[in-house]
Amino acid sequence: MSIKRRATGALLAAILSTTAFHGAFAADDTIKVGILHSLSGTMAISETTLKDAMLMLIDEQNKKGGLLGKKLEAVVVDPASDWPLFAEKARELISVDKVSAVFGCWTSVSRKSVLPVFEELNSILFYPVQYEGEESQRNVFYTGAAPNQQAIPAVDYLMANEGVERWVLAGTDYVYPRTTNKILEAYLKSKGVAAEDIMINYTPFGHSDWQTIVSDIKKFGSAGKKTAVVSTINGDANVPFYKELGNQGVKAEDIPVVAFSVGEEELAGLDTGPLVGHLAAWNYFQSVDNPANAEFIKTWQAFTKNDKRVTNDPMEAHYIGFNMWLKAVEKAGTTDTDAVLDAMIGVSVPNLSGGYSTMMPNHHITKPVLIGEIQTDGQFETVWETPGLVVGDEWSDFLPDSKDLIADWRKPMECGNFNVATGKCGGKGS
Amino acid sequence: MHARLIHRFLQCLLVAFCLTVTLLATDLRAADDLRTMVNALGGGNFQQNQKQVEALAKTGDPRIVPALEALSEGDLYQRKADGTVFIVKPAGSNFTLIDAVTGDAAGEEAKAALEKIKVNNGLRRTIRAALGGLTLMSPDTGVRLQAANTILRTPSADALDGLDAALAAETDGTVRAVLEKARAASVLVSDRPVDEKKAAVATVVETGGRDSLSLLSAALATADESLRPDIEAGITKIEDRQALWAAGQNVWYGLSLGSVLLLAAIGLAITFGVMGIINMAHGEMVMLGAYTTFVVQQIIRTSFPGLFDWSLAIALPLAFLVTGVVGLAIERGIIRFLYGRPLETLLATWGVSLILQQAVRSIFGPTNQEVGNPSWMSGAFDLGGMTITWNRMWIIVFSLAVFAFLLFLLKRTPMGLQMRAVTQNRRMASSMGIRTPWVDALTFALGSGIAGIAGVALSQIDNVSPNLGQGYIIDSFMVVVFGGVGNLWGTLVGAFTLGILNKFLEPYAGAVLGKILVLVLIILFIQKRPRGLFALKGRAVEA
Repeated sequence: MSIKRRATGALLAAILSTTAFHGAFAADDTIKVGILHSLSGTMAISETTLKDAMLMLIDEQNKKGGLLGKKLEAVVVDPASDWPLFAEKARELISVDKVSAVFGCWTSVSRKSVLPVFEELNSILFYPVQYEGEESQRNVFYTGAAPNQQAIPAVDYLMANEGVERWVLAGTDYVYPRTTNKILEAYLKSKGVAAEDIMINYTPFGHSDWQTIVSDIKKFGSAGKKTAVVSTINGDANVPFYKELGNQGVKAEDIPVVAFSVGEEELAGLDTGPLVGHLAAWNYFQSVDNPANAEFIKTWQAFTKNDKRVTNDPMEAHYIGFNMWLKAVEKAGTTDTDAVLDAMIGVSVPNLSGGYSTMMPNHHITKPVLIGEIQTDGQFETVWETPGLVVGDEWSDFLPDSKDLIADWRKPMECGNFNVATGKCGGKGS
Repeated sequence: MHARLIHRFLQCLLVAFCLTVTLLATDLRAADDLRTMVNALGGGNFQQNQKQVEALAKTGDPRIVPALEALSEGDLYQRKADGTVFIVKPAGSNFTLIDAVTGDAAGEEAKAALEKIKVNNGLRRTIRAALGGLTLMSPDTGVRLQAANTILRTPSADALDGLDAALAAETDGTVRAVLEKARAASVLVSDRPVDEKKAAVATVVETGGRDSLSLLSAALATADESLRPDIEAGITKIEDRQALWAAGQNVWYGLSLGSVLLLAAIGLAITFGVMGIINMAHGEMVMLGAYTTFVVQQIIRTSFPGLFDWSLAIALPLAFLVTGVVGLAIERGIIRFLYGRPLETLLATWGVSLILQQAVRSIFGPTNQEVGNPSWMSGAFDLGGMTITWNRMWIIVFSLAVFAFLLFLLKRTPMGLQMRAVTQNRRMASSMGIRTPWVDALTFALGSGIAGIAGVALSQIDNVSPNLGQGYIIDSFMVVVFGGVGNLWGTLVGAFTLGILNKFLEPYAGAVLGKILVLVLIILFIQKRPRGLFALKGRAVEA
């Protein structure tokens, strides 16, 4: 009896010790990657896709043998579209899970909420969404478009190719549309557009009754000058907006709408028949025809087991960011934050639109800008693209406050807001 | 004599033959020319193709119409091997080819062997103008009307001769009116004498409308001095007329917003208004109704495509059943244990709403689902100076129908009588032999079912996503509280008042501030009249 009990005890201890050892071994043998995207709440509609995209990228990399001889391990948390919760979850990822880098956030307010955490705990965040600029942080890499990589080229295209003279700037009422519209307004005025030819309109999140606004747009457009709408309308509000446009008969040939937040994913919930010809400006479209993109789409549809799943621009941004991080870690030979931050600048990886993207000293990347028109199948057809790559400009040249600021995180400057007029680090912002 | 006759006959025959041959030859040559011109569309960029389309339009040959239409639709492809351009139709992984000029079938080809000829807005505009000129004389009235409208939108001096010819031949009144306006618009941009232009201005002003305003403003920029006063007077006249219609349009928008609010709130008027349950899962019932519509449409799309226009009619009873059953389950499973404990009911139903949202998210995914508009709910029509969209109009009609149905159910049926009895005096009703628990369950199921059919209607104008319901829950409570708890008429009046108020504030205050102002006004109103517009009097209120 007692022998038996002792034997059991020994066995138990042995099992425990092997698991403990195994556990320790496993922890040592993986590199953890944090994924900080909302899987519930209002933003789940957009962010869940990015979580899946990251899981796929990590999975693919592990099939190729991992990183530095170790496997990658994804740690997924759900900040539930709750901005303060983003900061909490980021803290948890960095201090409890000890992740080497975090890929996450969508809205600017969630990014602003986690910034102090990344600074305090000295970790790395990759932010994959187009945003308003006016920021450059030591711990953040911005792989989405800055305004000069999306908004300004789109306006240029409309001016040159469609002869637009009157502008409606319509947006959701929060920081990204407000800042972007401020930059666009300044830019348009610098191009000689009169103040009465610009109409600015803001709507709440999730606005669903667009009758008045669409009719105002029609009225504004009947002044005898070619009119276009520049839309920074975000998220769910887009579907009823486009439905109302279609129903009230606003055709792209008469009043084109160019959108900065409408991609393949948003169009998937719409009958695109009446919308053919409306435009979007991005750095990537699923319809871009090259082998790397075809491979990416195939892998994505196989990973999600759905041959109708679409890809979109923020997914490509994560693809670029993730590959840049892999390369920087390999270059540094470690996942140590400071070493990786140094190694990141200048890293160049292929993007999915057929070229290379490079991480610049301001922590923004180089990208081509594509203008696409909506097609009946819910895809975009590229009608124009920049001849070369465009460098992300963090501080807009068209805002008086920030036109003197630059960011350069290389030694010895290491500053996110260097004022070239005063020669001092620490202009506007943080 | 005889020989001469034969000779004459032979001569005639020869002449006839020669004529046929030459005719045939010119026809063939023209077809070849057209084909070369169409093929040239393959290699060009947007600007070159615009010129090419204009050149094609100049031939005036109606045989190019199908090719131009296909180009505009994105169905024109070039075969990579020999550069020939075809109209294509997808057939599995292949394309069926159709000759771009003759319209004959031309075999099949793998998709990879063909390259799409791209179009952009500029090219589409050029094609539209070209087609307008080419189809003005079409025997089909609809096509002619479309052509006339096209020219009206892109007036040009070149179109004048065609328009005059078409006007001379036109018999249909509607088409004639549009043609005359298109002619006036084209005269305005041409270099015709001032007198003719003055007449054109008068024609344009007479027909009114927003497009007239646009035409006149454009003409004003280039008009010479003698014409200016005419145009300016015209613009003022149209603007005055528009201002009057704008008020009507605002009322219409208000009614439309009100009908949406009414639909969202009417189910809640039963569960919250009549039963007194603070049902936070109400929005999710609306969402489930919308998803039922989605599922019905999916099945119809894959199995019975011909029934698509009936999809909403089929979805209505199904949505009512699905959400009614879910409502019944919630009442039997949770709410019946919590009667008389409003705080716990609020928390429990809020939990239910989160569970339902996440369940839908797990089953259907977090992204929007596509719910199509049947053809009778797409587009708009003009009523005087107002634009009325079909979907909004049917939703107003539908919301009133649902309201009438509910009123009838509550006031004229035994079930309604029992419902009212139970909510007014539960113990008395119970003593009369009414099974109050079942009446409770059925009332809750009814409220949920009504929310479900509201979801069918709202799927036509809003996103179908797991968050659909959240957008409506606050508005619904607002309407029910504002209108007066426990009173269906209050809900009706409340919904339309808030809708119209909102739409009259929006043009002045903007959408964001307008919404805030409405909330402030409601708070002030509730301070003054805590029981809402139509307060229910009697014992039920104290209970």
